[in-house]
Amino acid sequence: MTDTIKSLSSLLTEGKTSSVELCQDYLARIERLNPALNAFVTVDAEKTLLDAAAADALRAAGNAGPLTGVPIAHKDIFCAEGWLTTCGSKMLSNFVSPYDAHVIEQFKAAGMPCLGKTNMDEFAMGSSNETSYYGPVRNPWDPSRVPGGSSGGSAAAVAGRLAPAATGTDTGGSIRQPAALTGITGLKPTYGVVSRYGMIAFASSLDQAGPMATTAEDCGLLLNVMAGFDPRDSTSLERGKEDYTRDLNLPLAGLKIGLPREFFGAGLSGDTARAVEEAITQLKKLGAQTVEVGLPNSNLSVAAYYVLAPAEASSNLSRFDGVRYGYRTPEYKDLTEMYEKTRAEGFGSEVKRRIMIGAYVLSHGYYDAYYLQAQKLRRLIAQDFVEAFKQCDVILGPTAPTTAFKLGEKTADPVEMYLSDIYTIAVNLAGLPGMSLPCGFDAQGLPIGLQLIGDYFAEARMLNVAHQYQMASDWHTRAPTL
Amino acid sequence: MSLTLLDVQRIAHLARIRVDAAEAAGYQSQLNGIFGLIEEMQAVDTTDVAPMSHAQDLSQRLRADEVSEPDRRAAFQAVAPQVENGLYLVPKVIE
Repeated sequence: MTDTIKSLSSLLTEGKTSSVELCQDYLARIERLNPALNAFVTVDAEKTLLDAAAADALRAAGNAGPLTGVPIAHKDIFCAEGWLTTCGSKMLSNFVSPYDAHVIEQFKAAGMPCLGKTNMDEFAMGSSNETSYYGPVRNPWDPSRVPGGSSGGSAAAVAGRLAPAATGTDTGGSIRQPAALTGITGLKPTYGVVSRYGMIAFASSLDQAGPMATTAEDCGLLLNVMAGFDPRDSTSLERGKEDYTRDLNLPLAGLKIGLPREFFGAGLSGDTARAVEEAITQLKKLGAQTVEVGLPNSNLSVAAYYVLAPAEASSNLSRFDGVRYGYRTPEYKDLTEMYEKTRAEGFGSEVKRRIMIGAYVLSHGYYDAYYLQAQKLRRLIAQDFVEAFKQCDVILGPTAPTTAFKLGEKTADPVEMYLSDIYTIAVNLAGLPGMSLPCGFDAQGLPIGLQLIGDYFAEARMLNVAHQYQMASDWHTRAPTL
Repeated sequence: MSLTLLDVQRIAHLARIRVDAAEAAGYQSQLNGIFGLIEEMQAVDTTDVAPMSHAQDLSQRLRADEVSEPDRRAAFQAVAPQVENGLYLVPKVIE
């Protein structure tokens, strides 16, 4: 089963299958494979099949949209009414959402059944899916390895063909890095394109939702559903609807690809460098030209990010206090003890570390040295991209420095784990769109991801480049044997 | 910069997270490792650089001062740990 949502949509339109049949097939595959992969936190076949029956009824009545009846899995960071919504945390292990996130509403309106809620790093803080309260997700290409994170469940579900597509969120690389490590295609839109309403907040100035699927074309179709102005998110951009698939078939002749020299230096594994070079050769054959660009401040992006993201997280996660929703410690003497024990017991250690970093950098006497300095570096990092895009249409490089690593390999040292996102974080700081698509395999048979970075609102151009590459390659069609 | 055990306890209290003595030592070494990474920032001269708080230079959107949300108190309180007569219950705050 390596069906794209595009092909599933055709099957439904031609009456060759029904949404109920499709969902039953995927649910059966989930039932068989999820015990080993742990990609889903919640599966509810009854709910999924109700959605599917409703989609089939819409189609029978002649009211189907292009994706009506095609199922999708949702990262457990999106509030979905009536679904357990845990965000990978004990803190929300009892939280059945009373409302839908904007993204969920959009997929419901498109008639796309929900296949379940996918596992993730706790509160999206992690690069390996090992911080989840629900246990680690296994990489379908090698179960002794991580799928990346934080959208590791979504990535593993799509890579293992447990779902044709899934939603993800990306604060510092959480769509692109797991997409790279599992051999799928994932896109983080320009900040503000997709509403964050009902998406549990980690770092609000960086968080952005996006699609994860097997092809760039599918990502474009899904982004058409997800994107759009929503007054309930104060950072949602008031832009007209656009068709993100409109440029997929444009030829690449004359395309200028920027290669940042900083992304090809020390720390990049040999196999990844070779695969990315081969992708560049392929794109040149399709008519693209390359130009070397500089992102001289990008080496500071990890440091700046680990001030800004924890600062925002410490503020956002103050809402989890055992009063209005979620976990509350069973025994306490007074209010302070209730807060402190609830948060000590409800959060895992990575989340606690980040909240503490955030509390510290925002505290009296340290604000200028840390938070303000990080915001200034953010400006420098973003300006590097502005300069680079004067010379090129898209920027290309590796998504991650290595392929999927072993479970437990980086859990002892948070800093080593943080460096997994060394090529993705700068894109979030600048607010630019970025994506990862498969471009080969290493000597151990593990997938390698190619990162494309677009200028602001240049999703359609980026998808054009990715689609043309996928028309000329077959890495995205490879699936693990399960 | 290096955080002491006392710093760790102070930060944990600021963040309202109980950290016992045994855990504090672990957090101390991990947080110091992370701050080691963060310290790279201090080498850069940012004298004339304007801080960037956001990806887009937006101004806050305003809306009319009208009731826009339906009353869903019952649904929202159904997921709360402890409620009574429409109120969230917490330990006594004022003596």
